[in-house]
Amino acid sequence: MIRVVIPYHLKMLAKVSGEIELDVASPATLRSVLDALEAKHPMLCGTIRDQTTGKRRPMIRFFACEEDWSNESPDKPLPEKIAGGAEPLLVVGAIAGG
Amino acid sequence: MSRIRVLVGTRKGAFILASDGKRQQWAVDGPHFAGWEIYHLKGSLVDPNRIYASQNSSWFGQIIQRSDDGGKTWHQPGTPAGEPTTTPEGFPKAESNKFVYDTSASSGHTLTTHLWYDGTQHPWEFKRVWHLEPSLTDPNTVYAGVEDAAMFRSTDGGQSWHELSGLRGHGTGPKWQPGAGGMGLHSILIDPKNHQRMFVAISAAGCFRTEDGGKNWKPINRGLRSPYIPDPDAEVGHCVHRIALHASRPDVLFMQKHWDVMRSDDGGDNWYEVSGDLPTDFGFPIEVHAHEPDTVFVVPITSDSLHYPPEGKLRVYRSRSGGNDWEPMTRGLPQENCYVNVLRDATCVDSLDPCGVYFGTTGGQVYASADGGESWNAIVRDLPAVLSVEVQEFE
Repeated sequence: MIRVVIPYHLKMLAKVSGEIELDVASPATLRSVLDALEAKHPMLCGTIRDQTTGKRRPMIRFFACEEDWSNESPDKPLPEKIAGGAEPLLVVGAIAGG
Repeated sequence: MSRIRVLVGTRKGAFILASDGKRQQWAVDGPHFAGWEIYHLKGSLVDPNRIYASQNSSWFGQIIQRSDDGGKTWHQPGTPAGEPTTTPEGFPKAESNKFVYDTSASSGHTLTTHLWYDGTQHPWEFKRVWHLEPSLTDPNTVYAGVEDAAMFRSTDGGQSWHELSGLRGHGTGPKWQPGAGGMGLHSILIDPKNHQRMFVAISAAGCFRTEDGGKNWKPINRGLRSPYIPDPDAEVGHCVHRIALHASRPDVLFMQKHWDVMRSDDGGDNWYEVSGDLPTDFGFPIEVHAHEPDTVFVVPITSDSLHYPPEGKLRVYRSRSGGNDWEPMTRGLPQENCYVNVLRDATCVDSLDPCGVYFGTTGGQVYASADGGESWNAIVRDLPAVLSVEVQEFE
């Protein structure tokens, strides 16, 4: 079981509160987690990854175990603590504006 | 008695303002989609309970929302409320947010490129929906004007969108260039007498017309003169801010250009200036009175560098002669220290008698006139910056 935290506005869109729990086959990657997230909450399609290119939207960041995974390969296996549910994967809206 | 619903899109959500036909007492409902930019909401003429909304965020992209009960509840058309959000195979349904430029072989229009700020060519990239225009006859058909400029159509109530690629691909696309606000298709007018004929306007490309429901398009910018582009009389490249027509006379078009208020009497084939005695002919919106085809409203703004009313006085100017002769409408509007802007989609008229006129400001006020612009009242004063205002009437 993988735990994912998404930004406030996406929680409102997906009508969820708190963390989202997903069952993802091993080895879990950013791509497989986001595929599972979008399958469970299809209203999030396009809000994290571009629907055409599949790339991360520019102002979205992925943090895992206090490391920035935003520019890692989407097929790189996530850290063991994320894959095992000990730590959540953070989907973060980048700080912008003043 | 008729009831009135004013649909307001703002930088931080949507609001619905409701009144009876007297238009004196208003109830304010909102924010819907709190915290999101709502570029535009518009209801169907044939089914006023059907409302489409463009919800957008620089972070999270484009969401299309639909209401089937006059704005009480909303859903994404691809995922109706209460229904499973995936197919039996687990495949996401959320097609309603998907705007993909049509580069299929059958369209014959490759993605191409457009002119970028630095003079190079740049590929089309979808950013947001600026304007939603429901069909005049079918509540399930709706057009979307988007940035980067293109026109999409949905015939299934917003569940899926398909580009009318003949506009982007007709030939002049590589010469289109974004203005400071982006390269958006912001105006869509459907000829009430011939629904196959439509007019659109794009910043900064100009006006275009189709005669066959959106398959083929041609630029209609002859007579526009824009000193801020290399060839002031170019076929495309003009920063048209808004176009408007009266339903009884669709060959007559009015335009608020970056500078200049313009008019065409032949469906856009030729334009001539009708700025006349306006204090400044820079501005964004333009509207035509519901019952008087020669009565036109604009909101003059100081200049392209100073996006606020001249002398800090908020004035709607009205021409009752189809342009050139303008009179300021000031009663009820602030006449000192007013430095708001009125954006291109933030004015509208109702068709009651007398005609109601509405506009919203970047300062969060929504003003209404129930007497054709003679006098004004603020329905609300402290909303987020207003992006769009539309009005609906129903029994």
